[in-house]
Amino acid sequence: MKKIVSFILLLSMLACSAVLLPSCSVNDNIDESALRGKYTRDLEGTTLNVFNWGENISDGSEGSLSVVKAFEKVTGIKVNYTTYDDNETMYGKLNSGAVSYDVIIPSDYMIERLIEEGLVQKMDMSKITNYQYIDNKYKGMYYDENEEYSVPYTVGLVGLIYNTTMVEGTPDSWGIMWDEKYSGQILTFNNSRDAFGVAQYYLGLDVNSLDKADWDKAAAKLKEQSPLLQARVMDQVFQKMEGGNAAIAPYYAGDFLTMQSNNPDLEMVYPKEGTNIFVDAMCIPSNSKNVEAAHMFINFMLEEEVALANAETICYASPNTLVTENDEYSLKGNKYLYPSDEVIENAQYFHNIDPEVRSYFEKLWDEVTLN
Amino acid sequence: MNKAVAEKKSFAGVITNAPYFLWAAIFIVVPLFVVVYYAFTDDTGAFTWGNITDLGDYADTFLISVLYSVIATVITLVIAYPFAYFLSKCKASSQKIQMMLVMLPMWMSLLIRTYSLTQLIESNGIINSIITSWGLEPLEMINTPGAVIMGMVYNYLPYMILPIYTAISKIHPSLLEAAEDLGCNGFNKIRRLVMPMSMPGVVSGIIMVFVPSVSTFYISQKLGGTIRLVGDVIETQMKNSKYHIGASMSLVLMVFILISLAIMNKFSDDDGGMIV
Amino acid sequence: MKKRLSPLSGAFMGIVYTFLYAPIVVMIIFSFNSAKSTTNFEGFSLKWYEELFRKPEVIQALLNTLILALASAAIATVLGTLAAVGINMIKNKRISSGMMMVTNIPMMNPDIVTGVSLMLLFVFVGRLIGASEMLSFTTLLIAHVTFNLPYVILNVLPKIKGMDGSLVEAAMDLGCTPVKAFFKVVLPEIMPGIFSGALMAFTLSLDDFVISYFTSGADFQTLPLYMYSITRKNVKPDLYALSTIVFIVILLLLLLSNVIQIKSEKKNINKK
Repeated sequence: MKKIVSFILLLSMLACSAVLLPSCSVNDNIDESALRGKYTRDLEGTTLNVFNWGENISDGSEGSLSVVKAFEKVTGIKVNYTTYDDNETMYGKLNSGAVSYDVIIPSDYMIERLIEEGLVQKMDMSKITNYQYIDNKYKGMYYDENEEYSVPYTVGLVGLIYNTTMVEGTPDSWGIMWDEKYSGQILTFNNSRDAFGVAQYYLGLDVNSLDKADWDKAAAKLKEQSPLLQARVMDQVFQKMEGGNAAIAPYYAGDFLTMQSNNPDLEMVYPKEGTNIFVDAMCIPSNSKNVEAAHMFINFMLEEEVALANAETICYASPNTLVTENDEYSLKGNKYLYPSDEVIENAQYFHNIDPEVRSYFEKLWDEVTLN
Repeated sequence: MNKAVAEKKSFAGVITNAPYFLWAAIFIVVPLFVVVYYAFTDDTGAFTWGNITDLGDYADTFLISVLYSVIATVITLVIAYPFAYFLSKCKASSQKIQMMLVMLPMWMSLLIRTYSLTQLIESNGIINSIITSWGLEPLEMINTPGAVIMGMVYNYLPYMILPIYTAISKIHPSLLEAAEDLGCNGFNKIRRLVMPMSMPGVVSGIIMVFVPSVSTFYISQKLGGTIRLVGDVIETQMKNSKYHIGASMSLVLMVFILISLAIMNKFSDDDGGMIV
Repeated sequence: MKKRLSPLSGAFMGIVYTFLYAPIVVMIIFSFNSAKSTTNFEGFSLKWYEELFRKPEVIQALLNTLILALASAAIATVLGTLAAVGINMIKNKRISSGMMMVTNIPMMNPDIVTGVSLMLLFVFVGRLIGASEMLSFTTLLIAHVTFNLPYVILNVLPKIKGMDGSLVEAAMDLGCTPVKAFFKVVLPEIMPGIFSGALMAFTLSLDDFVISYFTSGADFQTLPLYMYSITRKNVKPDLYALSTIVFIVILLLLLLSNVIQIKSEKKNINKK
């Protein structure tokens, strides 16, 4: 009896210290004068459910601004901040109809799908005064031509990452991922769309093709690649590339910067056949319970100090001109994040694919991965 | 016993049983029917066998999952049994501390333990850097079936040690002494006395290792490279909102496990006391 | 009384312990890494420990995990103890063995099936009544209680079965109400079973990832869920630091409880 009581007592002490300690060291100090009274405390006491990718916000690490806490401090709104690992997990929760989020940050093709299925709602852009700072390049994108449903948050490109001590010369083609010389040293994505993409760029196919024969060709190419692969990975790419456990991997440019800072032998190129460009943008789901606060949060995310902190932490390219033109931005004009227009024009966006074709290639993906 | 007491008792029986009875009905039994419902209907709600017949494509996955987890369970048993036996031979005070040591890793998140395990067995990982510093060839460990099995053994070993140790330590010392007096010693003593008496522990150990192994998806994702198990497929289906196929796979997995447990129960010839 | 272990078996145990603890040692070492990597160790530093206290989301997730584990263990303990008492009272063999079979289901079912089945139930009911906030802390709690319950019941039931039934009857003959008899006579007897059941429930809930993954909602995220969501990004040493703290706290708690136990045992011996 004593044993358990003392145990529970100590546990609650731990819990208390966990509550008290951080509250004194979290950085929620935002320069409120710069916000020019845009944020009222009218919605104080309400809650806002934000659903974002894991580690996709400035969260207070390494002395940075804790965006969520700063928003709570300025507006008095309580934020329930939860995270997901990929678009499909997010979609699964949302589509179940059993969870209500107020702000989500899906990628382009997923936004197209959510709009089609009526799972996100139109925003009142007049409330998002900071929308004017979004780079025109990223306004009126294919998935939201009338600029009604989404506000861009980050921009990313898939690059070919390689270890200079393990790969001869400078690769310029996705073909290297089928080079038997590097058998067992090659990694690829562990998600169908990105993995198919690599084969599609290489074969010169449209990544959004509705022709099943195109997908068959890409799948055949992927099957050809299977014996050469070391693994299909997502986050493990960091461990593997940083530790020199693999020579070649396609991954997102922003994450490459993190890897390179841990292993300077790593380099990245954008292959000549083109690559994937993607935009993650903030949306408000149709079943949001606090639409007003959601607008406020989205606008807040575009504030100069907030957007800058986010861009520095996430390391992805920012579509916000307050960031890209800011001299304090340490990644300003970074050649990996902000490559030449040529690279960007040569890159393809993923579109939402007709459900029948989607099931078809998901099935192909099962075949590729199950063998 | 008089009548009033008997009435009181049956009334008390209803009162004490009701909350759990309700809970079990709503949250244990009904969900199973919901799974069956989803498994045999399509998006429009019409009855179909399609979800079940579609599973034919995943026959290999099922087979591989079962094979890997059977191997993992056997290895776990081979490690855990002697360990539990030796443990029961240690001094009483050290047994307590050691039990704590065995249980301690279970308190850490499986996710973080598996993640740091990958660091050890990576191709350029810690084990290989030790091996190569001795001038030997590095081992190919990660992304192999062996790595997945190792992950299962590593994560679920305490679940095997615990029940076996509990069963062995319950064997009364006087029984062992009696056996010795009768000229039974060493291996014979273990085979004739300890083994049969620890059988219930072994059975629950096997269940506690096999069931999570056969259905895992995190371990295969992190350690298996290109290997996908049943758990991975169910997880993918569910997050793509393909509830019907996800439900049918869950159903088949559940039926398979229940049948194997029933068979094991038949063979373990004890009086139904299969759980610790 | 007992013979000492042979060196060979001692060595075997040593190897098993090494196997069990090697990844944990790696985790502890890399939590002190000065670099932002869990692969290359560059030097000793405490910065990831400081870092933890600056990240409210991580601390919140840890706290949520503890809250959920405590709450679900508490509910499961009360409900499970009551159930064990109830099941023991059922005289009809068929009904009681049926109850036991149902009780075994969440324990024998793989986590993923339990998770999927509960999620489908919540989604189904949510669609039926048009509730858009079905998945929430409540459903998560329900799911945890559900898979904790059998462990409590199976820890308590043997203690009740082992009790002398005439004690309760005697108490009731002496004028105790059944409730009073339960608190005065039964409860003290079965306390050890209740505590081990509660502890087991707490442990299982603390470590659960799969069931939470399927049943959690927008308002509550536990640590394992948080860890899993970093799949696109890398695991930074701060999570190692957090796990190291958890490890050390638990180690200390277990040691302490052992010391207390040994002391009270000694006291008992002295009394005798």
